[in-house]
Amino acid sequence: MSNSTSIAMRPAKTPSGQLNILCKKLFSMKNLRGLISCVVFVALWQMVIVFDIPYLKNLPFPHDVAANAASSAVTLEYWMHWALSLFRIFVGFIIAQLLGVPLGLAMGISKTFKEFSFPAFEILRPIPPIAWIPLAILFWPTRELSIYFLVFIGAFYIQVINSMQGVQNISVNLKWAAFSLGAKPKDIFWRILLPGSLPSIITGMTVGMGVAWNVLIAAEMIAAKGGLGRTTWESYTNHNIPFIVVGMVSIGLAGSLCSVLVRWVGKKAMPWTKKF
Amino acid sequence: MPSSMKSESAYTPLLRALAGIALFFILWEVLTAILQLPRFRLLPNPISVVKEWVSFAPVSGRSLFTVDYYWDIGYSVFRVLVAFGLATVLGVGLGLFMGWNRIFYDFTFPLVEIFRPMPPLSWIPLAVLILPGVEVAVVFVTFIAAFFATALNTLLGVLSIDKNYFLAARCLGSRPIQVFTNVVVPGALPFIFTGLQIAMGIAWLSLVAGEIIAGERGLGYAIYEGYSLFQNDQVVYYMFTLGILGFISSAIIRSVGRKLMAWEARRRGI
Amino acid sequence: MANAKQLPGAISVRHVSKVYDPEGVNVEAMRDCTFDIAPGEFTIIVGPSGCGKTTLLNAVAGFDNITAGEIYLDGELISSPKHQIKPDVDRMVVFQNGALFPWKTVMENITYGPIVQGSLNKAQAQAKARQMLEMVCLNGMEDKYPEELSSGVQRRVEILRALINEPRVVMLDEPFRGLDAVAKTVMHEFLMQLFCNSPRTMFFITHDLDEAIFLGHKVVIMTTRPAQIKKIVNVDLPWPRQHSVMNTKEYIDLKSEVMDAVHEEAIKAFEAGEREMA
Repeated sequence: MSNSTSIAMRPAKTPSGQLNILCKKLFSMKNLRGLISCVVFVALWQMVIVFDIPYLKNLPFPHDVAANAASSAVTLEYWMHWALSLFRIFVGFIIAQLLGVPLGLAMGISKTFKEFSFPAFEILRPIPPIAWIPLAILFWPTRELSIYFLVFIGAFYIQVINSMQGVQNISVNLKWAAFSLGAKPKDIFWRILLPGSLPSIITGMTVGMGVAWNVLIAAEMIAAKGGLGRTTWESYTNHNIPFIVVGMVSIGLAGSLCSVLVRWVGKKAMPWTKKF
Repeated sequence: MPSSMKSESAYTPLLRALAGIALFFILWEVLTAILQLPRFRLLPNPISVVKEWVSFAPVSGRSLFTVDYYWDIGYSVFRVLVAFGLATVLGVGLGLFMGWNRIFYDFTFPLVEIFRPMPPLSWIPLAVLILPGVEVAVVFVTFIAAFFATALNTLLGVLSIDKNYFLAARCLGSRPIQVFTNVVVPGALPFIFTGLQIAMGIAWLSLVAGEIIAGERGLGYAIYEGYSLFQNDQVVYYMFTLGILGFISSAIIRSVGRKLMAWEARRRGI
Repeated sequence: MANAKQLPGAISVRHVSKVYDPEGVNVEAMRDCTFDIAPGEFTIIVGPSGCGKTTLLNAVAGFDNITAGEIYLDGELISSPKHQIKPDVDRMVVFQNGALFPWKTVMENITYGPIVQGSLNKAQAQAKARQMLEMVCLNGMEDKYPEELSSGVQRRVEILRALINEPRVVMLDEPFRGLDAVAKTVMHEFLMQLFCNSPRTMFFITHDLDEAIFLGHKVVIMTTRPAQIKKIVNVDLPWPRQHSVMNTKEYIDLKSEVMDAVHEEAIKAFEAGEREMA
């Protein structure tokens, strides 16, 4: 019977030990593989243009895109587009939350109300937000207002459904427990139903934000003046090809920023959940 | 709070539903045609919308009884099917593989995470630039939208499978491919179908936008054309048509899902 | 106890240690455990919660590697620090919270092992499964999905799924946890019937001391973390066990002995602030 040596205990608490661990994490196999694939991607991008692959050869060169990005980033105009798009998103999104959450909660709480309102709501819901564009333009006096409206439509339905499900998912036991402890209906709402539906409400915000961005970009491309979507579309018609990619990446970044923001709000609102 | 002692028949929910819908239409009619409030009077009213929709000789040339209406539906449905079909095959495949193989995941995840947040519609200029013809570009953008949603949900589905099922399968002597077909695929199925429903909704959304921005023929295109030709009634019933098609396609996916996942249905006692 | 013929399924655990290393903070789960299990021996492992019983099971089953020592099955080395671990049909596991495939029927679950290994074709496997179900009065359940069954039936099906493969060792991780006392007696009879029918080595983890002494040939008591073998108690009561045995003096003495040892460790665990793992 042989005796194999056991693995030595690592001093993980010393500063050099901590640094060791950090380096290991940073240069892990996982990150390395990710880096390799990004590099390979850019290399392939360069090669399809150089080797005249049909259709893909019309792509702009990576270095042209980078140069364009650098020169755009120092212009005021570029950041004005950012500001415009972000402003539109926030107006539409926040109104969607202000109207959607109460409506959803009401539908979840009162069966009667739901029976009246849900069917009509469900008829309108499958209509893609973009399809509302003509009506929105007709109805609202200014273009900007119609864009806010479209963003609102994108996030509104999702939030109503999520809020409603949030209330419905609260275990009946919680409500009965509260009653037996002497709570009044008002207390039940503020102390049980609202906090209990928070996870679903926050999910509704995250998903709604994603859809709202999609709608905003399309709406800008079709019907707006200024904004990231509009300027990306215009760069196509103006043959500013590298900016098409710069615009796409900018839109992606702006969207990610908003998503991160919503998630941060979510974490703050629900300190008791670790997983989000 | 004691529950109310009203006698409720089984028809009450149905009656209330109809009442709610009727109320909606009445409100619509009142605001647009009867009271003619400032902004509302610019909108088409429900009665004229319905009249146009079922007319044999519609002003816009498109109604339930014209061929063009069904051509428009056909174009859009065909595009959605092609895009959605491709997205399902590639998206589910990618998601399953990423969840299954750690190394593949490490290589592909960063790229996916860079492209995923980009709104599908922002691809339109690039797609029109590169791809041959507007038709392909519109289908491509729809595909991209559905693809990422499907891939992500599939991946989440695989990751959500309890590790013990994998251990049990290996214990029972499965080879890797058998683990894949017997654990990974069925285990991820619920998430996959949720993803497919979401993807279908996103596909319709992107398709309509694509058709408006860059398309020729199809429901989205016809909506915008109707708008520019002041055929507001047509615009509205085309919107409802889109809603109906979206609803039908989601319902089809749901019922396919229920068939494939018989064990879920039995669990829920359906 | 064991039959006259030579059974396989002898397990040797030699100086086994396991150190987890999440984020550089070492967690010593097992330290220098050494014990033997004879072929066909019904061995029970008891100890305070979170002490490392499941770690030991994972090591023997081939789910996880060890950082020191060796494990042998019938003289063959199956685990060591340098070994490529591999779960195998020889060491079947029945999981704590149940791992019946929810998307397969009872019949599909039970016949999964033989079909997938190619040792029986579908018809043969189904015939064998039907025979086993019949023997334990569970016929009629073949086309049901696990979620439609009560937990007691689910457990039994999972045990059948393991046994149909005729493994050398069957490892059960608290399989009857959470069942009420009445259901448990049914389970014990069920297990004993199967064991008497075809004895094989059992590696059975439990918290329930009555269950441990009632079922086992041998009770291995583990200490709190880091887990070591505190004591091994041989249960020399006549086999097959009847409920009346629980009133005999021998049983009560054995239980007392086991209880004292476990209690000692439980106090230590409590003082060390160990959290009960659900």
